[in-house]
Amino acid sequence: MGLIQFTDKGLFCTKGGFYIDPWRPVDHAIITHGHSDHAKGGSKNYLCHTYSKPILQHRLGEANYQTVVWDQKLTINGVTVSLHPAGHVIGSSQVRVEYKGEVYVFSGDYKTEDDGISGAFAPVRCHTFITESTFGLPIYKWKPQQHIYNDMQQWILQNKQEGKASVLLAYSLGKAQRILGAISQVTDEIYVHGAIYNMQEVLLAHQLHHVKVIRISNELPKEKYRNAVIVAPPGADGTSWMKKFTPYRTAICSGWMQVRGNQRRRNADKGFVLSDHCDFEGLLSSIKATGCEKAFVTHGFQSVFTKYLNEIGIDASEVKTAYGNEAEEETEKEADQLNHPSS
Amino acid sequence: MKFFASLVDRLMATTKTNEKIGALEEYFHNASDRDKVWVIALFTGRRPKRTISSTLLRVWCAEYCQLPLWLVEECYHTVGDLSETIALLIDAYYTPDTHPADHSLTHYIEAFHQVEKATEAERKQVMLQGWKELQTVTERFIFNKLLSGSFRIGVSQQLMVKALAKVTQLEPAVIAHRISGKWDPGKITFDELLNDAGSLADDSRPYPFYLAYPLEAEPESLGSIEDWQAEWKWDGIRGQLIKRNNEFFVWSRGEELMTDKFPEYDPICKLLPDGTVLDGEIIVANGNEPLPFSLMQKRIGRKNLSNKIMQEAPVSFFAYDLLELNFEDYRSRPLAERRLALEQVVKLVNHEKLQLSSVVTCATWQELRELREESRQHYAEGFMLKRKDSVYQTGRKRGDWWKWKLDPMTIDCVMIYAQKGSGRRSNLYTDYTFAVRDGDSLVPFAKAYSGLTDKEFAQVDAFVKRNAIEKFGPVRTVKPDLVFELAFEGIAESNRHKSGVAVRFPRIKRWRHDKKPDEINTLDDLRQLLELYGTN
Repeated sequence: MGLIQFTDKGLFCTKGGFYIDPWRPVDHAIITHGHSDHAKGGSKNYLCHTYSKPILQHRLGEANYQTVVWDQKLTINGVTVSLHPAGHVIGSSQVRVEYKGEVYVFSGDYKTEDDGISGAFAPVRCHTFITESTFGLPIYKWKPQQHIYNDMQQWILQNKQEGKASVLLAYSLGKAQRILGAISQVTDEIYVHGAIYNMQEVLLAHQLHHVKVIRISNELPKEKYRNAVIVAPPGADGTSWMKKFTPYRTAICSGWMQVRGNQRRRNADKGFVLSDHCDFEGLLSSIKATGCEKAFVTHGFQSVFTKYLNEIGIDASEVKTAYGNEAEEETEKEADQLNHPSS
Repeated sequence: MKFFASLVDRLMATTKTNEKIGALEEYFHNASDRDKVWVIALFTGRRPKRTISSTLLRVWCAEYCQLPLWLVEECYHTVGDLSETIALLIDAYYTPDTHPADHSLTHYIEAFHQVEKATEAERKQVMLQGWKELQTVTERFIFNKLLSGSFRIGVSQQLMVKALAKVTQLEPAVIAHRISGKWDPGKITFDELLNDAGSLADDSRPYPFYLAYPLEAEPESLGSIEDWQAEWKWDGIRGQLIKRNNEFFVWSRGEELMTDKFPEYDPICKLLPDGTVLDGEIIVANGNEPLPFSLMQKRIGRKNLSNKIMQEAPVSFFAYDLLELNFEDYRSRPLAERRLALEQVVKLVNHEKLQLSSVVTCATWQELRELREESRQHYAEGFMLKRKDSVYQTGRKRGDWWKWKLDPMTIDCVMIYAQKGSGRRSNLYTDYTFAVRDGDSLVPFAKAYSGLTDKEFAQVDAFVKRNAIEKFGPVRTVKPDLVFELAFEGIAESNRHKSGVAVRFPRIKRWRHDKKPDEINTLDDLRQLLELYGTN
């Protein structure tokens, strides 16, 4: 029996008696990062990275949070536990679990490119590696982020020239912060949706990010949005909330924009292929760097990716988890906030 | 290629018609003459002859990227477009070892043309050269597309017409006519195609079809029935018969030249006055008696027309409009006048293969409504309503012509297989197979991929991703849990499906959240429909 079991509540460490990113309430939960498909409320005790705590407090409310920094070792019921940077969003961590010399690592969500705000991903040697596979097909190959930021800045300047506002659609945690950094170089005033504003307030208060933003509200005169730069969660797209920015162009910032059809389906004027996950090569190189003997593959193209890993000589199996729906869930949640803008 | 690629990028970067027209306009003002003609051809569905098979493309791509072929296939199922899949893969695995090049669009089209009879190695060389010397995903996407299919990037025929009208300062209707029909983009120049001399040179050119919208209100809203002409709405292939300078052409609405597919019409040609264009329905029929449409599907699918299939599925042409007579464009005359002239032409020809689509006369809309219920007995789908003083317009227009169709048949069924879609449905499970119950088993009987909202598709997609039973290849077997009401226009016997029936134009009418899989319709219900309305 493995040190980590895949149960109907989430990843469970048998010897340590704790869960990692459980999707149901439990007594002890280690949380990799603050996205809603990994951080669920209702558990009695949480352990997370120091940077994740304010995010979890903001999203899940008050609870019993214990925090650690990266590489700090804890012993839980004889099991050594430590967190390591995953590079996905602010505070995001891989979880390393060791018992009697056997090491398991759960990647959580991760990306290999250092975005300058989430901490630089570092592969952790282990026997068993549990990895995501969100973009586990070779068509997903990312361009360097600076390249994308340049395009984004160009796009904004061009829209300005043509008398249009630029609306960038990005998740409030992670993507939004990266974009804010990039666009703050071409504009002093960034207008944001309430969901992003609230998240940004939390991050600013804890010195986890530095870009100041202006909250969009009905009190602001419409003229403010002329040629402006606006950042909103994807759920805002297509709602009447957007009307006040007219005339405007929209851009979606997501790895899914790699495929044209996805861009067309979303009816956006522009798609920036910017992801907080690894591309295919990133996944492969990370798995290889762990030196693992066994890989478990979850949320994403797990069947295909698992088959490929086995073909290239890495023993892999797929596991089912409830992760990978952050897009749907956050969109719905953010849509709710649109209906109750004060919340 | 860069210049054309920037056009494609611009077209794809916007959803707004005016911006697309602007991009096309700018392109036509600046591009080379030969490239321009090819762009018109490509965007109106005239692609060059295919000289390299898609199988070879996949194999060479897998080889170049050093990936197993099955993984390339999996990528393709997710992207939904082979040209794009390959462009993305080459881009991901590209090692810069070739000097970048910027040849014209025509250069690549000709390169493909030249290898038509070449060896496999030579063809491979052309492909690899293109993949390596082109620089962006868009350029490689276009390069692949030149071989593998039509450009679906949101440029409709109508949009192209509008842009060309602006560039040439000609009427859109004139442009629409000139770019339709048969012309060889490799031989014709931009001016020849769009100016008068060119249009005279081509006798085959059909007129753009006038298409109707479905009538959603009650017909009483159209005013007096006296002002309207009602005809059965036939279930065949819309087409034009053209005779000019003693040459004969049969066009389908899809602007496909089908003269060879319907040799039965040849005698009509001999009898038609020269300079005549008829609009009507290509329909499987014994003289004036229509037969089931399923026979047409059988016939159309054949590569070679055997005598047997021509006997089993004979065709007539049900004419309902006259667009040209004595080489004179009749489209701006009122329908009533065109109809009179049409009746005379049909009488003159006097051949059983050319039928007049009869006018149905009723004193009141109510009377017509009751008659509509009998549509299926006539192998019709309902009525066409045309204002008697209407001119023959271009494209789909509201106001003067309406289709007033019978309500479709419906069946509650359960989804059992799902497959990812293409285009804007890339990476989404949107193509479904449905089954009815037969005792304890489920029997598939129809596939459908339309009728749900984007949000509903997203929900079904999430369900499929969570409940897929088999995981490789394009098709997923899913837990039979989701119940849908399927609507369709016709039902016929078929040995292609396990259920023994085939339905026509199946689409999802609604998602029956209120029904469980054990409450769906049965195979017996389907058979009953077949007995009632079956057409074979």
